[in-house]
Amino acid sequence: MNRRLGALWAAAIFAYAFLYAPLVIVVAYSFNDSRLNAEWVGFTLSWYGKLFHNEKMLQAAWNSLLIGITASAVSTVFGTMAGYAMYRFRMRLLPLLILAPIAIPEILMGVSLLIFFVLLNISLGMISIILSHIAFCIGFVAIVVRSRLAGMDESLTEAARDLGATPWKAFRLVTLPLIMPGVVAGALMAFTLSIDDFVITFFTAGVGSTTLPLQIYTMVKIAVTPEVNAISTLLMMLTLALILIASKLSPGSLRAE
Amino acid sequence: MPVRQNRLHKWLIGGPPLAYLVVFFAIPVLIMVVASFRNPGEFGGLAPIFNDETGSARFDLTTESYGRFFSDFLYTELFLKSFAYAAITTIVCLVIAYPLAMLIARSPKRHRDLLVLLVILPFWSNFLIRVYAWMIILGPQSVFVTALNRLLGLFGMEPVTLLYTPFAVIIGLVYVHLPFMVLPLYANLEKHDPALLDAAQDLGANAWWRFWRVTFPLSLPGVYAGAALVFIPALGIFAIPDILGGTEGIMIGNVIKQQFLDTRDWPFGSVLSMVLTVMAVAIAGLAAWVARRSRT
Repeated sequence: MNRRLGALWAAAIFAYAFLYAPLVIVVAYSFNDSRLNAEWVGFTLSWYGKLFHNEKMLQAAWNSLLIGITASAVSTVFGTMAGYAMYRFRMRLLPLLILAPIAIPEILMGVSLLIFFVLLNISLGMISIILSHIAFCIGFVAIVVRSRLAGMDESLTEAARDLGATPWKAFRLVTLPLIMPGVVAGALMAFTLSIDDFVITFFTAGVGSTTLPLQIYTMVKIAVTPEVNAISTLLMMLTLALILIASKLSPGSLRAE
Repeated sequence: MPVRQNRLHKWLIGGPPLAYLVVFFAIPVLIMVVASFRNPGEFGGLAPIFNDETGSARFDLTTESYGRFFSDFLYTELFLKSFAYAAITTIVCLVIAYPLAMLIARSPKRHRDLLVLLVILPFWSNFLIRVYAWMIILGPQSVFVTALNRLLGLFGMEPVTLLYTPFAVIIGLVYVHLPFMVLPLYANLEKHDPALLDAAQDLGANAWWRFWRVTFPLSLPGVYAGAALVFIPALGIFAIPDILGGTEGIMIGNVIKQQFLDTRDWPFGSVLSMVLTVMAVAIAGLAAWVARRSRT
């Protein structure tokens, strides 16, 4: 028995090492005093310093932030409405439209939105990126909010209604505060997904609307310097912090998918 | 009256998100379906759908792009190649994920959440960063590759190149999709009743038999779910072959990207996207069907 458990542990440790070693390497080389991601030369923070003087990078970070905040705000409102509607009413088309963008290969959504925007003469840029991000974030928010609603005590809303509250009042004063952790977790998730998205942004972006992932892509394709490692490390820290907050607020929501 | 009010609420609450998803998801997808039957525009892109230069409506459709797809074996081959890459990725993910999921499922309850979280965490770092990490590891100057080649040299073998090969693409695909295999497997294995294994042991089955006759067959729904979750996104990916694959390792996603952004033949790009969608939906359907059958 012990020998078999040992083998299982060995396989699992290999799997965890496989998952983490690459990320550790990226972070480690961001502090390496060499242009090449090869030998360890010495510790430096100069790549981080260079980052903060890189105009393109700062512009991309600002774009990403703007897109992330707008897209997550709008998709949180729509996603909460969708999650509530699916929980409370019999919706036929909505669940399908919530799940389909998550289920199909991302590239399809990217190219179909590209055709759509060009045909409608909506110029590719910040607006088209934000509209696209909202479209793929709604589903994730809706799923988190719905699972939160499913765990709620229905009788509380009923009690509010029996005591004469209008449906809107009952929602605003009873239901909404109760599902708030789910809503906030959904918003953080949407923000993370938006900040991280590459494929859909790649097809819906235009000149002057480069986001952080697009900037990283360009640097990886053209000239790799440890600046990429530095921005990657910062981005990882940001995502990690947001996800930990989201999972504190709504335990289990991360496993919902 | 309450019924009517209920309906009003339903559309007041469900209507706006529904409308948004219709406009920014369903309609674009439908336009792509139509686009696959249109002619390319004179300057790339798409021939105007609603009217031509004179302003008169034009609805002529053509299957020319589909004809081109089916007559040129190059594209079928590309799909087969992408299919093979996705299939290999799925199998490698299964082999790495299974022992891990099993270990988590058999760990004490208080450790499980942490062990699962450790699987998900890397998934939340940016996709490009995870691919870039392999560019460092597999690059010709990397510590890993130099050491490997020195070792190969000891045995008198030629040094190998790893970056910009199909091998690098598969590694990248496995790395990015691994959590999608671990989670459904774990969700399934966690529910197994340990009494079944005890019973099998009492009846004289050794560990090997207990796994292949009890644990594995019971875990099949998890295997199918994980396989679908890995295979479908892996099939359509373009960034991994783009960064790690070089010219040899390109997949169908790269050609779709190329048709839309470089060649600008949108009808043909739409045809390729349609074939990809049909394949993805067919595989998802197949996985669901097999899973349902195996349950009864």
